[in-house]
Amino acid sequence: MAILVDEKSRVVVQGITGREGMVRTRLMKDYGTHVVAGVTPGKGGGEVFGVPVYDTVEEAWEKCGPIDISVIFVPAALVKNAALEAIDAGVKFLTIVPDRVPIFDVLEVARLAKDRGAVFVGPNTLGLVSPGKAVLGMIGGRAERAREWFRPGEIGVSSRSGGMTSAISYYLTEAGLGQSTIIHVGGDAVVGLSHPEVMELFEKDEQTRLVAMFGEIGTTQEERVADLIEEGKFTKPLIAYVGGKAAKSGTRFSHAGAIVEGTRGSYKSKVQRLKDVGVHVVESISEIPKVALELKESIRR
Amino acid sequence: MDYYERTAEVSRLYEYQGKKILREAGICVPEGEVVSTPEEARDVAERLGRPVVLKIQVWVTGRAGLGGIEFADSPQEAEEKARKLLGKKIKNYEVEKVLVEEKLAIRSEYFAGLVIDDAQKSPLMIFSSVGGTGIEEIAQAHPEKVAQIPVDIFKGLRDYEARNLLRRTGISGKLLLKISDALTKLYKVARQYDARSAEINPMVLTENGEVYATDCHIAIDDYAVFRHPELGIEIAREFDRPPSELEKIAYRVEEKDHRGTFYFLQMTDEILKEDRCIGFNGAGGGGSMMSMDAVLNMGFQLANYCDTSGNPSASKVYRAAKIILSQPNIKGYFASGSGVASQEQYHSARGLVKAFYEEKLDIPGVIRLGGNYEEKAIEILAAYLKDIPSEVEGYGRDDSPEFCARRMKELIDKNGSISHEIRPISDPEVSEDAYVFETSTGRIAIDQSRCVSCASKGCVDACAPEILKLVDDKPVLAVTEEDARKGKCTECLACEIFCQFHEQNAIYIHLPIPGLMEYRDRMIERTSGIRQPEKENK
Repeated sequence: MAILVDEKSRVVVQGITGREGMVRTRLMKDYGTHVVAGVTPGKGGGEVFGVPVYDTVEEAWEKCGPIDISVIFVPAALVKNAALEAIDAGVKFLTIVPDRVPIFDVLEVARLAKDRGAVFVGPNTLGLVSPGKAVLGMIGGRAERAREWFRPGEIGVSSRSGGMTSAISYYLTEAGLGQSTIIHVGGDAVVGLSHPEVMELFEKDEQTRLVAMFGEIGTTQEERVADLIEEGKFTKPLIAYVGGKAAKSGTRFSHAGAIVEGTRGSYKSKVQRLKDVGVHVVESISEIPKVALELKESIRR
Repeated sequence: MDYYERTAEVSRLYEYQGKKILREAGICVPEGEVVSTPEEARDVAERLGRPVVLKIQVWVTGRAGLGGIEFADSPQEAEEKARKLLGKKIKNYEVEKVLVEEKLAIRSEYFAGLVIDDAQKSPLMIFSSVGGTGIEEIAQAHPEKVAQIPVDIFKGLRDYEARNLLRRTGISGKLLLKISDALTKLYKVARQYDARSAEINPMVLTENGEVYATDCHIAIDDYAVFRHPELGIEIAREFDRPPSELEKIAYRVEEKDHRGTFYFLQMTDEILKEDRCIGFNGAGGGGSMMSMDAVLNMGFQLANYCDTSGNPSASKVYRAAKIILSQPNIKGYFASGSGVASQEQYHSARGLVKAFYEEKLDIPGVIRLGGNYEEKAIEILAAYLKDIPSEVEGYGRDDSPEFCARRMKELIDKNGSISHEIRPISDPEVSEDAYVFETSTGRIAIDQSRCVSCASKGCVDACAPEILKLVDDKPVLAVTEEDARKGKCTECLACEIFCQFHEQNAIYIHLPIPGLMEYRDRMIERTSGIRQPEKENK
C-alpha cells in the first residue's frame, strides 16, 4: 500500500531539463519511480534519460496518457504557474521541491488545489519515498543510498525537516524497522500537506501500523495532530519529537498571529498537547527506534 | 534573539515606511515626516503648525513605556524632544530616526491585522473593536470584540465581507463604512507588497470622526522581497533588531553565492570571557534545531545560529567558519546537522579544514558530519587538523547530537575553557609568476616554480570536476578560464588541501569575504585596546 506514491504512479517532472531536474530524474528512475514524461516549455521534443520532454503538462497527458503525479523543479519564481498548470491539466498530486517560494504564491496553489481536489507536498521539500516502490523529489540523493537507508515496513514517517526525515528513517532501518512511506512535509510556514493531513492518510493506509513524527516550534501543525487524535480521526500509535525546546519563547512576528494562535506554536504547548492525547513524545531522536520497537511488540500482542 | 523566525521568514518595515505605503493605498495616516536631526524635527513641526508627537523608529514594542514617545506643542519643544530621543539607547539599539507627526485628538482605538493562517492556508483579516497596547490580552479578555475572516486569495477582501466582519465586533453606522474601506485597502496593501503580516494598531477614530492608522507593523515575505526592489530591503530576513555588522558581511556572502544555504544570525550581543558561548554551525533547519537543543542542554550559550545546508560548496562552508570565528571569546566550535545528509559531506570537511588551518584554531571543535561519504569527511578532518593548537573531533551519523555536545563540554573543560581570540586577516602574497585563474567567488594561484619538486602531481587527480591537466609537468586549466570562472571550478578545495599537506604547498585559493578583514581589525582593537602586530600567514 503506502501513501501518495507507489511503483505504479505515473509521474511527470516539470523542469526536467534544468540541473536539479535532470539529476533527480535519474535518482527517481534508478530507484524505480515510473517517470513517464518531462515538461520544459520550449524544449518539447527532446529527451532526458530516455524520458520524453514536452512543452506543456497538457501535451504530456495527451501523448503519454493520464498523469498521477507532478514533481516540480523549476525556479522559485516560476513555481506558482508550474503548479497551477499541472493542477489545471488534471494532476491530483504535486511534489513541489524548490524553496523560497513566495507565500502568496503558495496560497494561490493551495486554493486551486482545493477547488480541484488536488493535494501537494512542499514547497521546500526533499520529497517522499515509499521504500522499495518509488521516490519523489531528491530524498536519499542517490538511488543506491536511498535503498540502503530506507527499507519497506510498517512505520510511517512525517517530518518538517528534510535532513531529519532521512535521519529518522535511517535510524529505524538500522534498528531493523522498515517504513511504509517517508515524507518531508516541507519547511515553510504554509505547506500543502502538513502533519495532520499526513496523519489522516496514514490512518487509512493498511501497511502503516505506527507513525514517527518530527515536529518543530512554530505553526500549529503538531497541535492540530493532537486535535485529530482527540477527535478519534487518528488512532495509530504515534511517536513524536519536537525540535526547538531550548529556543526562548516570545519572538512573535505579529500580534495578529498571537491572537489567532494564542499560546499554540511554542515547544511547551506542542509537547503538552501531544502528551495529553497519549502521543509518545521523545526527548532525543535516538529514542525513536527504541520506542518503536516497544510499540511494535505491544501491537503484536 | 531566538530562532523562532526560522518559520517566519519576513522582513520588517519601519513604522514610517509602512505608513508611507498605507497612505499611498488611501488609508489616512497622520501628517508628518521621519527625521534624523533635532533641527529637522523643528522644521517639520513648524511646517505642520500644530502640536506633534515624536516616535522613535526602532523595532521594539511598548515604545511609550521605554520613553520612546514624546509630545511637543511648539517647534522649539519638538527640537528639544528630538534631541533627547535621537542617539538614545533603547534595548541596545541606538535611535537614528524619529517620526514627527501631527498629534491627533483620539476618541477610540481599534486593531486591524492581516496574517497568513497556516491551517486554513489562507490570509486572515482580524479586527478588534478595542485596540492599543496589550492587544493579545485584550483579545483574550473580550473575545466578543474580536472577529476574523479568511480572505479568498483569488477574490480579495470584498467590502461587504469587511462590513460583516466589523458588525460582529459591534461596529455600526458611518463608522462601519469608514473602517471597512480601510480594511479592504489594508488587504490590498498586504497582497501588493507580499506582506506576511500587516497590522494597524491602533487604528483610531479621531474626535472629528475620521479613521486613521496611527501605528503599523508590516512584514514582507522574505521569499518575495525580489519582487519589491522599491522597498530597498537590504537584508531579506526579519530581525527584531537591525542586523549586526557581521550579519551583513555574512548576508553578502549568501547573496553572491546561491549554492546551498548560508544563514548566519548572532544570538549573543557581546560575548565576555566568562561566558560559555559556542560558535554554532548547523546544517538544515531541523537538524540544527535538534543540535542546538543538545548544546544548550549542556549548559552552554550560543554565540550564533548558522545553517550551511542544501549542498553548499566547500568555499561557502569555509566562509561560514571564518565568520563564526570572527566572534571573540567563544569556547568551542560545534558543527552538527541532521546526521544523515544526502550531500557529500567531504565538501564541508574541506571547507572547515581550510578555515581551521588558516585560523590556527585555538578552541576545540566537535564536527558531526553524518551523511553520504561521512567516513571520508571524518578522515579529512583527522588527517589534516593534527597540527593545529586545538583538538577537533569528527563524528558521523551513528553518534547522537547529545553525545557530541557532551564531547564538546569535555574538550572545553579539558583545555581549561580557553577563549577564542580572533586573528587579523591579510590578503595573501602571491608570487608574481604564479599561474592564476578566477573561480566563481575567488581566485586560485599556483606557484608553478614549486611544481618542479612535486613527484605525485596529485592536485590533478584530487580535482573532482577534472578541470586541471598537466602541461610540461605543471598543472594548468583543462577548460577555458571563462568556464572555470562560470562554475566549472566548483571550489571544492581538494587541490589546495592535497598540495598543502602532501606536496609543495604551491596552491592557494583566495576566497575573499568583503568587509571581514576590516571587521576583525576593529574587533581586535576594541577587545585588546592595542593593535596586534602579528598578521596571519598563509
